[in-house]
This record gives sequence, C-alpha cells and structure tokens, in this order.
Amino acid sequence: MNKILILFAHPRFEKSKTNRALLKNIGAREGITLNDLYEQYPDFNIDIDREKELLLGHEIIIWQHPFYMYSSPALLKQWIDLVLEYGWAHGQDGDFLKNKIVFNAITTGGTRDVYSPGGYNRFTIGEFLVPFEQTATLCKMIYLPPFAVQGTHLLTGDELNHHVALYSSLLNRLVNGDFDIEGIKKVEYLNDWLWPARGLTKP
Amino acid sequence: MSNIFLHDALIYLAAAVVFVPIAKKLGMGSVLGYLLGGIIIGPFFLGFIGQEGKDIMHFAEFGVVMMLFLIGLELEPSNFWRMRNLVLGTGSVQLGITTIFIFIVFMFIGFSWQAALACGLALSMSSTAIVMQTLREKGLTKTQSGKSSFAVLLFQDIAVIPILALLPLLAISFVHAPATGNFALLSGLPGWAQTLTLLCAVGLVILSGRLMMVPFLRFIARIHLRELFTAAALLIVIGTAYVMMLVGLSPALGTFLAGVVLANSEFRHELESDIEPFKGILLGLFFISVGASINFSLIFNNPLMIAALVCGIVVIKAGVLFITGKLSRLSFDQNLLFALGLSQVGEFAFVLFSFIHQLNILSAQWTDILMGVTAISMTVTPLLLLANERFIEPRCGTKENEEKEADDIDVSNPVIIAGFGHFGSTLGRFLRANGISATILDNDSDRVDLLRKMGFKVFYGDATRIDILKSAGAEEAKVLIAAIDSPETNYDLVEKTKKLFPHLTIMVRAKSRLDAYELLDMGVNDIYRESLDTSVRLGIDVLVKLGVRKYSATRAGQNFIKYDEAAMHELAQHRHNQDTYIFNTREQIQLQEHLLTSDREVNPTLNDHAWDSDQMTNEYADAESETTTGNQVSSSLKPFPRNNLKH
Repeated sequence: MNKILILFAHPRFEKSKTNRALLKNIGAREGITLNDLYEQYPDFNIDIDREKELLLGHEIIIWQHPFYMYSSPALLKQWIDLVLEYGWAHGQDGDFLKNKIVFNAITTGGTRDVYSPGGYNRFTIGEFLVPFEQTATLCKMIYLPPFAVQGTHLLTGDELNHHVALYSSLLNRLVNGDFDIEGIKKVEYLNDWLWPARGLTKP
Repeated sequence: MSNIFLHDALIYLAAAVVFVPIAKKLGMGSVLGYLLGGIIIGPFFLGFIGQEGKDIMHFAEFGVVMMLFLIGLELEPSNFWRMRNLVLGTGSVQLGITTIFIFIVFMFIGFSWQAALACGLALSMSSTAIVMQTLREKGLTKTQSGKSSFAVLLFQDIAVIPILALLPLLAISFVHAPATGNFALLSGLPGWAQTLTLLCAVGLVILSGRLMMVPFLRFIARIHLRELFTAAALLIVIGTAYVMMLVGLSPALGTFLAGVVLANSEFRHELESDIEPFKGILLGLFFISVGASINFSLIFNNPLMIAALVCGIVVIKAGVLFITGKLSRLSFDQNLLFALGLSQVGEFAFVLFSFIHQLNILSAQWTDILMGVTAISMTVTPLLLLANERFIEPRCGTKENEEKEADDIDVSNPVIIAGFGHFGSTLGRFLRANGISATILDNDSDRVDLLRKMGFKVFYGDATRIDILKSAGAEEAKVLIAAIDSPETNYDLVEKTKKLFPHLTIMVRAKSRLDAYELLDMGVNDIYRESLDTSVRLGIDVLVKLGVRKYSATRAGQNFIKYDEAAMHELAQHRHNQDTYIFNTREQIQLQEHLLTSDREVNPTLNDHAWDSDQMTNEYADAESETTTGNQVSSSLKPFPRNNLKH
C-alpha cells in the first residue's frame, strides 16, 4: 500500500468550489494525508523539519493547487524553495526523496483547448509545468503527468461530480499500487489514463 | 524564641489562613476576612487573644507604616504634579466640609470646641489600607472613582502632617500638657515648639533621604547580595520610623516622606518588591488586630449611642464625599463607589486619637468610644461596598445587563470578552471589523456606558461572578477571552469557566511568562503573552533600521516567536523540578538568566538554511549549473547595502 501526501496550496480555499469538491472527505481516507499549506503556514513561515518528516513518511506526493498565472500560488513555491534543501533533497547525499512519485493536480479556469500552441495561452500545461518537472528530476523523483480539472468557470454540477469521481479513483489506484509507471508516463494528463474516452472534456 | 510569641503567631496566621479564603469565596474581599478573623479570635468571642491585642496592634501598625512608604515610593513628583488639581481640589473639599460637619455635631453633643475640632479632623480621615486593597482586588484602580479615591486618600495622608502639627496648639488653652509616661522628646515642650520640631523633623527626613539614603543604597547594591538589600530597605523604613517616634511624631508620616524622597531614585522598584511582602503580612495583621480591638462590652453597654455614632459619621462622610464626587463630575455609579468606599474612618484616626488623648484634649472614655467607632466603621465598609455592588447599583446605576426592548430578540454571541481595557478593546474592535459580534464584560461603569452607546452588548460587573457569566451567555458561546488586566482575576475566571462551562474554548491574555506558566499549569492551551509579539515586532524593526533586509528580519522574528513559545512549554515543566521555592521577583531574574543563556546556545536564526546557496555553490562551483540554481542570498542577518538597490 502506498501512502499519499497531498500538499495543497490555495489562498482562498473557502471560495473554491472545485477544490472543495475534490478534497471533500479526502483527508479522512486511509493512506492519504492532506497538508493544507495556507492553513498550516498563514505567515509563510514553513516548518522545514515538519515538512521533511511528512515527506519521508509518504511514497507519493501531490502538489495540488489552482493554476495561478501559469504556475502555483506563492506558498507552494516557498515550500519548494525551503523544504527541498540541498544536501537533503538534491545534490551531494541529497537522496532522501529518491524514487518517490510526484505530480501536480491543478484546476484551471481556461479549458484544455486554450492551452495549446494555437490557443490563447500558446503553450501546453505540460510546458508550463516544466519547472516542477525539472525540480522533481533534480530531486531524483519520478514525475508523472498532471491531473487537471479545466474550464472551472463553466463547469456544471455533473461535470464537477465526474472530475471528483475521477480524482477519487486516481487516489484509490495510487494507494493500492494499481498502476504501471511507464504506462502512465505516456499520457498527457492523468485524466486520460483514467478515462481514455476523454469523457466530458469538450473537444 | 518564647512560647508566647509562637502561640500568638500561630493564632494570627491561622486566623488569616482560615478567614481570608472564606471571605474571598463569599465574594467579600480579603479586608473583611481579616477583620472578621480578628473579631472572632478576639477577647469577646473565642478569646484566643486578650487585651494584649492592643499591643499587637501597635506592632501591626507597622504594616500601615510600610504601606505609606510604598505609597510614597509610587509618588514620583512628576506624577504628583500631574494629579495636583485632583488631589488638592477633591482632597481639600472632602477634608474641609467633613471636618466642619463633624465639628458642628460634636459641639451639639457638648464637646469643647477644641475637642470637637480635633475629633472632626481625626474622623474625616479615611482608610488608605482598606480602600487601596479593595480597589486593587476589584481591579478598579484605573477607573475614575479609583483615581479620585487615591487623590483624596493622598491628600489626607499628607494633611496628617500639618494636623499633627496643629493639635498641640489646640492644647495650649489647657493649663498644661501633663507629663505622660512617654519618653518622647516633644511632650514637655510648649505647643509652638512642638510644631517647630515637627517641621524640622520633616525637613530632616527629606534632607537625609537625598544625602544619605541614596548613597547608602548604592553602596549596598554594589555588594550584590539580595538579602542584604532587603535588610537595608527594612532598615531605612524602621530607622525612619524610629527616629520619628523618638521625636514623638507619626512614624507613618516619616516613612511616607522617605518613600517620596526615594521615589526618584533608581532603587524605586527594588525597594517596592522587597518591602511589598512584609507590608502585605503586617497589614493583614493590622486588620486582624483592628477586629480584635473592637470593644464589644462598650458596644453592649451603649449599643444605641455607638450605632448612632457609626451611622452618623458614615452618613456624613459618604454624603460629603458624594457631593465632592459630584463637583469633580463623577458619573453616578462611580460616585457611589467613591462615596461608600471612603466612608469609613481610617487607621490614622487611631494615631490621631491617641495623640489627642495624650494632649488631654479628649477624655479616656471618649477616646475609647471613638476608637471603637473607627474600628466598626472599617468593618462596615466592605459590607457597604458589597451591598452597593449587589443591590444598589444593579437597581439605580449602570445595569448589569441592558434593559431589553420589547422587540429586541436576545441573540447569543459566539464570543465573550472579559475585560475591555487597552488589550480587550483592540481585540474587540478587530473582531467587530470582521463581523464577529462579541459580548463584553467589564467592571468600569463609565466604559460600560460608553460602549453601550456605541451599540456593544455589554454586561457590567465582576466577570468572575457566575450569575453574570451565565446571563452573558456563557452557556451558548463558543469562545471566552480572559483579557482582564489583573492576572489573579484571570486565573479565577479561568478556573470557574473550566469547571462550570467546560465546552468553552478559553483564550487568555497573560501579562508575563510566569503568568503563562500558571495558566499552563491550569491546563489552558491558548495563552497570549501581551508583550511577546509587540516586542519582537519592535526588534524586527530594529534589525531593519540597522540595515537588515525586511524579509530576513521578519523571518528571524517569526522564528524567534516560535522558538520562544516552545521554550515556554519546556521551561514550564522544568519549573516543577526545582525543589526550592523562590520569590516571584527572584524567579523572574533567574528565568531571564536561563533564557539569555539558552538563546545564545540555540539561536533560532542560525539554523535557517533557507535560500542559502553557499554549500551548493561549492559543489557546483565548476559547473554551469550555478546559474540555474538561482541567486545567492545569504540568510545570516548581515546589513544589506540597500542603496545598491536603487538603480
């Protein structure tokens, strides 16, 4: 059984319909630890020792956050800068995170289509997430494609429920070890791996 | 050590230990507890102490002497100057009018004008000991009535000097002052000479304070022996008192003056903390002996006359005080408190009456009667205040609760704030700005009136009273904030809340670290030391002013608070391992020492590697990766040349 650590960063969680739905009842599930960063560190003063300990106790790490200005909210970046220390996470003897799995679970206002070379945002989500990918690589971790709920501005209740169910089954499969890493790495989004038919994401 | 001494000490201490807690539990205040204890162990009830109680009273009057020394110490001249109008105004009105009224009454009774005047002056004194103790216990020293009370008491305390000087003049009209057994140098002299001597003595105290006591204390302080300093402090008080007695003057006045002189010296706080415990115990002893000295056979022989005298004097005094309060524009509630609080005859009356008797102005029988009246009036005050708090004010003054209008649905607020001084009010404003309504408990009626006008839901009264807590909605609320200025009251409130309203989250303001320890021991988790955040914030700004970058300084401050809170929890446990009990102030000093050493050992900012790329630079020094791992930012708090940033 794998243990999952969700590093969740949202400065206005109380206003986020999508993230609230995604995280509902998640923290209480066995094998999953929810680390609500903005609740834990309202002063941005991250307790590095605590975070390291948490990381060591889990095999799978999820950076869950809204996609703000093509990146994560500031506190998650602060977390990455502070916790992934040289000599611990990377560099000489920095092997403590070696072979742990990590990926981003994000929510974006725009749809999948606007994140494409021809689209409004010109680049794909994967391209925007390159800094996260390389950070994971630097720390000798295995980086998976992102899980994304997109077009949140126009999401209907049914669509949202669909995403919630997808995320829930993703977490289940990860906890139970029901996956093959090489297979997963091939998809663009974890959503596609779970739901090859592409379901409700509009073409 | 004689058997008798141990026997007496045993009885007095036992009386204090038994009766004071009972009185406190019944909400009566410690003064009444001491007085009742004294009455009960006195010659007329249990008879544990007999007539020698009077001797003990002379000994215990030393508590009053020490109290006046402390009051003197608190009277920095600059402080006094700021209060001069209040002191001179209310003080002279109260003393003057009360004396005139009592003078008239006693003339009617058939006293000579000298005796009537002397009695008027003596009886217009109020008891600094009782009033100050009561005000402090009720947390009312900073209210308007508290300030006015202090002003009047101060004026009286000072007025005793000229009164003592004037009394011998009254005796001139008698043929001669007969030589008493007193060895005082004064007693043989004519009135004018006595007056002159007194003024000389006062001058002597002031001069020797300036020229001798301060250099003496400096010398003692350099030896760095704590108990020696305590001894020196006691020596000054006792020495001054002795010299004053020798010339036949009130030792209380001498030490009061010595206190005023020393108020400006650097030893003020040290003297205060050294004398304080002695004063507390002796004052308690004094109250007990006042209780024990009440001559009940005299009362039983003339019950009506004594009762009439007590009532008459208390009514006159309270009436005049009420008018004085009106003149200095006290609100009705504050004025009631002021008038009833000061309505007793004070301990100085004992001194004055024995002096008056010595001068043969008053007969022995009347002296006895009036001293009895004084003692009884002192016992009555706490009862009057109690009646005022429970029955009079709730009806006539500021109501405990606001009258509900017919259509006003009583909504219970989730938060109760007990104490709305500078701490509670900031908190309350913050909550209100964020749309959280809080119920407020406060015992300053002026503030309560103001807050009600501003639309706050306010309950007036002592927050530690269970009925008030209940009607403030403690049963429905979620959070209770104990923000009262006095730590003792906060403890009391916490204890009662934990027992009776266990569902409430208690969040407590702590004055100091020791205060926080007490609260930790009581099982409170949410403790807020009022000085911690502010002083660290100031420290952060100091770093900034010295050129440290703001974020680094802020981070250092955040880490320091975190570290300090952790250290507090640790040291709180450590405290119980000490097998020696140390005095409060000494404990504080030892704690400081401990903290300062451990701060040096575990500098919370030294282990902060955040954004520190020194190590990394070494490894990647030859690789091009250095450019990819970001800027080099040093975490050590060195001044950063900020000018370079301005391009």
